[in-house]
Amino acid sequence: MLSLAMIFLASLFFTGIVIRTKSLVSGRKGPGIFQPLKDVVRLFKKGAVFSQTTSFIFQVAPSIYFASVVMAILVVPVGQSKGLISFDGDFVFFAYILALGKFFSIISALDTGSSFEGMGASREALFSMLAEPAFFITMGSFALLTGHTSFHAIFTALHFGSYVSYALGTLATFVLIMIAMIENSRMPIDDPKTHLELTMIHEVMILDNSGFDLGLILYATNLKFAMYGAIIANFFISNLPLALAVPLFFAVQFFFAVIAGLLESFAARFRMAHNAEFIYTLTSFSLLIFFGVLLLMGKFI
Amino acid sequence: MDNLIIKNHETVPLASIPVLEYDKFLAQNTVLLAEERRHCVQYYGFLQSGMVQLLCCIADDMHGTILVSSALVGKKQILPSFTAHRPAFHKFEREIHENFGIAYADHPWLKPVRYPFDRARPQNDIANYPFFQIGSEELHEVGVGPIHAGVIEPGHFRFVCNGEQILHLEIQLGFQHRGVERLFLAKQHLLQRTVLAESIAGDTVAGHSVAFANLWESLCGFRAGAGLQFARTLALELERIAVHTGDLSALCTDVAYQLGSAVFGRLRTPLINYFQIWCGNRFAKGLIRAGGSHFPFNESLAEQLLEMLDAFEPDFDAMCEETFTLPTVLARFEKTGVVTHDQAVAIGTVGMAARVSGLNRDIRASHPHDFYPVLQHQPIIKHHGDVYSRAQLRRREIKQSIGYIRHLLKHMPLDSATPEPLGQPAPESLTLSLTEGWRGEICHCAVTGVRGELVHYKVKDPSFHNWLALALAVRNNEISDFPVCNKSFDLSYCGHDL
Repeated sequence: MLSLAMIFLASLFFTGIVIRTKSLVSGRKGPGIFQPLKDVVRLFKKGAVFSQTTSFIFQVAPSIYFASVVMAILVVPVGQSKGLISFDGDFVFFAYILALGKFFSIISALDTGSSFEGMGASREALFSMLAEPAFFITMGSFALLTGHTSFHAIFTALHFGSYVSYALGTLATFVLIMIAMIENSRMPIDDPKTHLELTMIHEVMILDNSGFDLGLILYATNLKFAMYGAIIANFFISNLPLALAVPLFFAVQFFFAVIAGLLESFAARFRMAHNAEFIYTLTSFSLLIFFGVLLLMGKFI
Repeated sequence: MDNLIIKNHETVPLASIPVLEYDKFLAQNTVLLAEERRHCVQYYGFLQSGMVQLLCCIADDMHGTILVSSALVGKKQILPSFTAHRPAFHKFEREIHENFGIAYADHPWLKPVRYPFDRARPQNDIANYPFFQIGSEELHEVGVGPIHAGVIEPGHFRFVCNGEQILHLEIQLGFQHRGVERLFLAKQHLLQRTVLAESIAGDTVAGHSVAFANLWESLCGFRAGAGLQFARTLALELERIAVHTGDLSALCTDVAYQLGSAVFGRLRTPLINYFQIWCGNRFAKGLIRAGGSHFPFNESLAEQLLEMLDAFEPDFDAMCEETFTLPTVLARFEKTGVVTHDQAVAIGTVGMAARVSGLNRDIRASHPHDFYPVLQHQPIIKHHGDVYSRAQLRRREIKQSIGYIRHLLKHMPLDSATPEPLGQPAPESLTLSLTEGWRGEICHCAVTGVRGELVHYKVKDPSFHNWLALALAVRNNEISDFPVCNKSFDLSYCGHDL
């Protein structure tokens, strides 16, 4: 229960900090931290408009997408405290419940019959497919190392003691930050600020959504960011007492948001064709984690 | 060769233009274009006692001359086309076809230029326009516009794509056709016409108003003093710096490079604010007037200008250094949207779009006016023809223009330039005015009647030539790179649509 509440709390300010960071480093004041949240609230008060070419899929997809993210959050622990549900193999559940949500957002984009949205859907499908092995090899390696297969058990059993394990923690943080950026369609893969349909990935898929539905999708993005932040935080706080773990959790979330903001400020987006190559390199990084784990376990002589 | 040789801004009697047989007219002008140093600046028709008089003006960049010839043809006639020999004529002939119904037997594609009125066949409109079609199951079409996501001008782009790769782009413009050329005739007052010239393209106010002012003064036999010429040159160069800086910002925005987008955007502001100080309008509206100026340049303005440039330059240099060495930016700019030299020559690109493909086309050097003969302008030429070249060209042209302004300010002519009433325009004459705006050559062309009244006015923005260059540039590129290609040309919709 604690983890759900903390992730929810972090989601309230996460995107706000990213936007604020970007504003400050480019010499502007920027909107308040809670502006993205206010936008969501404003959207929640509105009714949705549906195009006549869409079917019921388009109407249910945002809710399913939102629900999938909430379900995924349920299995994420924070520190010593378990997620609301926790079972062996829950990281597999985590990945595929998110994939289910993504599947619905993709078919709802196709449902609109717009040429842009089909393009965005195809990009989103490709990039998340390419990111999948990196996630599984990373989490699988830690499962191998600890002998457990649920998030909570893996993180609590994880002890950083040797140089190799620090290296593994660093690599895993990098891989997870990048996966978070890909899954949330942020830079350097996708530019969330652009107004140009042809270069968008995620934004172009939700062009037809409006009002309450759009609010759900936008809020799901905030939640997703906080969720990945929580997973990253777990690498550092899982063995700490609660009094230390809670402030540290928010500190990690804050730094993650600042890093996301900086990543988006000082570089240009990748060329679309290079995205696939870049995402695939994450798999190589996760393989390094895998070999590191084998090294720790003495499987290499 | 049977043609009239004139200089830029020269007024000549209409009767002195040789009227040729169409076949000879065709042969002569297509042969002229065989050499790279010549290009067509204007080819259009106007009604002359029930017939259409076609007027073809070919600029010779080497000698700084313009070769004018004409032919009389009937309306709704079927003629062999220039385009079959030289593709550079394609748009001029499409326009003639559209306005007079003259059919061309061997024109590859008489695609409409503008919608919705001013046409020989008004029943053809965008709703029933047959776009270029694909028959393949594997390819897909993406239509963008005419209403765009950013608040920009209307234009329709239709891509034929193989996955993410663009195979073909068809651009359909004309949604913003206001009938500018007809309005020039309808509005009798000089001030109305000047304001009209300023409104041809909102981003090229100085360019178009200088072209109009020089044309009108030549037509009325007025010789602008040094002070006026100085101010016009200054306005053109300042506009170039301001728009180029804004474009660098927009290029960074399109590749999602936030720092460049923010900093170049900020740098543009003092530049256009300087126009506000000078003439009360940030886009230089009201600054250029035929026969004089309400805002003469003076010592204190010069001081403020130097101060502004001194503050601008270090920041600009630092940001350029940062942008043009950043790998992620270079990865987006380099080898994106290439226009080869051969393509640029064949389709007759002008201005910046030509100079990045190794084609030396710059009115400031080839047909200099105002203070450009003093400046001895050397055009900056790039050879790769990609987005990177177009960005670099902007950077270097900004530096060059700042150098020119500093040079000009050292030798500032201080004659008073209060507006004088102009004489009557010369009767039955033709005047052609070429000006290098920031985007490229602007051509205004006026024909007067027996009492010196305007009987035809023709405007050509460089975008008229260059839109096809964009269509060629994006071929085989990723569709997600289209916005940055488009911005690197930054062509005008309203300047094209008129």
